[in-house]
Amino acid sequence: MASIGIPANQAPKLNYLNNGHSLKSWLLTTDHKRIALLYLISVTVFFFLGGFFAMLIRLELLTPQGDLMQADTYNKVFTMHGMIMVFFFLIPVVPAVLGNFLVPLMIGAKDLAFPRINLLSWYLYITGGMIFLHCMLTGGVDTGWTFYTPYSTAGTNTNIVEAGLAIFLAGFSSIFTGLNFIVTIHRMRAPGLTWDRLPLFIWANYATSLVMILGTPVIAITIVLVAVERLFHLGIFDPGLGGDPLLFQHLFWFYSHPAVYIMILPSMGVISELIACFARKRVFGYKFVALSSVAIAVFGFLVWAHHMFVAGISLYAAMIFSFLSFSVGVPSAVKVFNWTATLYKGSISYATPMLYAFGFIGLFTIGGLTGLMLATIGIDVHVTDTYFVVAHFHYVMVGGVLMGYLGGLHFWWPKMTGRMYPEAWAKLSALLVFVGFNLTFFPQFILGYVGMPRRYWQYPPEFQALNVLSTAGASILAVGYLLPMIYFVWSLRYGKIAEANPWSAAGLEWKTTSPPPTFNFDETPVVTWEAYNYDEIPPWERRAPVAR
Amino acid sequence: MSNEHGTSVKTYLIIGATLLVLTVATTLIAFVNLGPFNPVVALTIATIKALLVILFFMHVKGASEKLTGVVVVSGFFFLAILLTLSLSDYLTRSWW
Amino acid sequence: MHDSQATTSQATVQVTTAEHEAHNPALVHQFADAEQQKNAASLGMWLFLVTEIMFFGGMFCAYLIYRLKYFNAFAAGSQSLAIKWGAINTAVLIASSVTVVLAIYAIRFGRKKLTVAFLVVTVLLGFVFLGIKSIEYTDKFREHHVPGANFHFTENFDDNGKQIPVNPNEVQLFFSLYFAMTGMHALHMIIGIGLMSTLAVLTWRGHYSAEYYTPLENAGLYWHLVDIIWIYLFPLLYLISRHT
Repeated sequence: MASIGIPANQAPKLNYLNNGHSLKSWLLTTDHKRIALLYLISVTVFFFLGGFFAMLIRLELLTPQGDLMQADTYNKVFTMHGMIMVFFFLIPVVPAVLGNFLVPLMIGAKDLAFPRINLLSWYLYITGGMIFLHCMLTGGVDTGWTFYTPYSTAGTNTNIVEAGLAIFLAGFSSIFTGLNFIVTIHRMRAPGLTWDRLPLFIWANYATSLVMILGTPVIAITIVLVAVERLFHLGIFDPGLGGDPLLFQHLFWFYSHPAVYIMILPSMGVISELIACFARKRVFGYKFVALSSVAIAVFGFLVWAHHMFVAGISLYAAMIFSFLSFSVGVPSAVKVFNWTATLYKGSISYATPMLYAFGFIGLFTIGGLTGLMLATIGIDVHVTDTYFVVAHFHYVMVGGVLMGYLGGLHFWWPKMTGRMYPEAWAKLSALLVFVGFNLTFFPQFILGYVGMPRRYWQYPPEFQALNVLSTAGASILAVGYLLPMIYFVWSLRYGKIAEANPWSAAGLEWKTTSPPPTFNFDETPVVTWEAYNYDEIPPWERRAPVAR
Repeated sequence: MSNEHGTSVKTYLIIGATLLVLTVATTLIAFVNLGPFNPVVALTIATIKALLVILFFMHVKGASEKLTGVVVVSGFFFLAILLTLSLSDYLTRSWW
Repeated sequence: MHDSQATTSQATVQVTTAEHEAHNPALVHQFADAEQQKNAASLGMWLFLVTEIMFFGGMFCAYLIYRLKYFNAFAAGSQSLAIKWGAINTAVLIASSVTVVLAIYAIRFGRKKLTVAFLVVTVLLGFVFLGIKSIEYTDKFREHHVPGANFHFTENFDDNGKQIPVNPNEVQLFFSLYFAMTGMHALHMIIGIGLMSTLAVLTWRGHYSAEYYTPLENAGLYWHLVDIIWIYLFPLLYLISRHT
């Protein structure tokens, strides 16, 4: 468990970062760690682009009248915000950045099973991203990220086919990442690393990969059908020609609901890692937490029509989907309870990653509970398509996924870069993110409850106060996100040099240098211990994982 | 995951011939009026054919580990979920 | 589960590079041994096939729902398809699956030329399939059954001698799905033909042997799946209410 004793001030030996400096060595790399960094840069660009559109939304909604932009423009703005954030940020972020970097390291492998396919995944993502940018710059799309028919097939004259192609390619990027992870985790675990000794982050990425493989192809074919309908004027989804718009919604949500589990599951995996390390304890109920990831992945496929309660599906189907939607909350709750139990009698410290973990638990719980409220048909018919839904999904996606990602990024930053970030600034940012987030989105629960519809560019004047609060919160949140951008970049040059295991954390990734060598381990490790064996650390080595 | 202890050429040819016979059968049965059972019979024959291809040509039978079978089954299982739960909407719409 | 847990693979990791190369020139660095690599490649291909099942599955879902909703129109559309071509194509694909398994059987015994021969026959059968499909598509084009501006369907649904008029829009839906599903299938056939041709060339050039033929096996899996999809497409599209 001890760190492998590299003095903090020794010049780094050859590692994956300095093994080749040319552009070609980066753009044609097959090293999973370099690919993770390529993704890190790309998803960050898309995050800020999506954030830019969010800022436009919040600025428009400062006043009840539609005075910043036209209604049609507003439609494009929230569509761009949604599509960028969903397809180009939230779905790839944790698997492609943290997962790509850590999966081989955590299982003691030299790389993923298919390194070239990993690189292909990134190029598919980038190509999709470029095509999407082009679509955006040539007028964008105004259907909402959900591109419902018949508006998307026959009504709008924006460039649906191009946006669809971009998302199609990003989807295949996702599929290949999932495929790579599943094969790697099945085939390339180090000797002795049985399934019940795997870190929960691995279980989480495995479950996520199942969803990616099974769900993404369905939205791929849906996009193809929409494009074909648009280009050749067929009537698959056109009611005027006998088509059913609800068929589109069934096919769309069959993927898009499990997609939100693609987003949250890896982030939950991060939280398990953080809680264990910063409470210096094994995760309570390891088996339950591991299996709950798989349960969420499977159950997540059974609930999609809860997005369609008022769309015209049959009441009986609605009741079935409502019931199933309740059941999917159970494994999530299992996780939250087990994390809490892990904290009990733990030796808790409050480094930045742990702050994000705490934030996650609180905010994800609120998001999850409001999800149950939405699963209740009686409530949903009143609050669907209002800001209540908007608040719910931002709580789970931003309060959940993004906080888990930020926590993980801080936790593994020393491993990835060999540098520590500045702890004080990081704590400040975490605080700003937490305060800003709640100020932005909690008022939206109330707004939705009292009836403010979503995707409207104007609203009745009595809603203004809450909207102003929300926009104010967004500006604080923006600062909270910009600060890490600055100090992470700063740390690359000026940050304290990190040792192999600055957090005294368990896990194979901490047994190699920070940053790791290109092939990860000098010798393939042989694992004979359970995951999170914090209680096995000899007393003279126990110390709080303070950033050193 | 391959069947190293070879399926023999003879087995391949027999399976191939069976598949052709089933194709002829399904085509001919289509012309017999079985009422609502026509699609049932057609799909059953198609499934038998698919199973023969999966088990023998794709070497799932005699595969070195159960994982292969699990992967195949889960693919069809989730497709079944898509079809069944979508149908739960369409078939019950008139029950209002 | 048979994964890389055995101590033998740990021992294998510590071998010298010379022995490493003696295993297999195609062994890549992230794998401990050839068997692990082969099993990984195989699992990877199976997972890809699952994505194909779900991909086509979306269209099967659309088909299922509309067939239940517009049975008469779908039956009328189906009755206008040439059952003989569909049946022959099914037989062609089955034969091609046989030639694929025989190609892999041959390479397992190092019979390079025989392998290439079987792969070439597979490719030829693939072209026969596509040729027949283009005949069918041309016929549909001439009969104005291709959805779009020129779509024109006047036949009625023949229900045991009783002629039931059908809504042309609903029949157009049948043909939209017919072209979407068989078109997507044909695209996959083209990719399969490309794969098999490439592998035939590579086999001829000696890239594969009795010790290493993983790409052939995996391409074979792909080919069989494309066959299976057609095995379902044939009855669903061509055999609706033929008894009338």
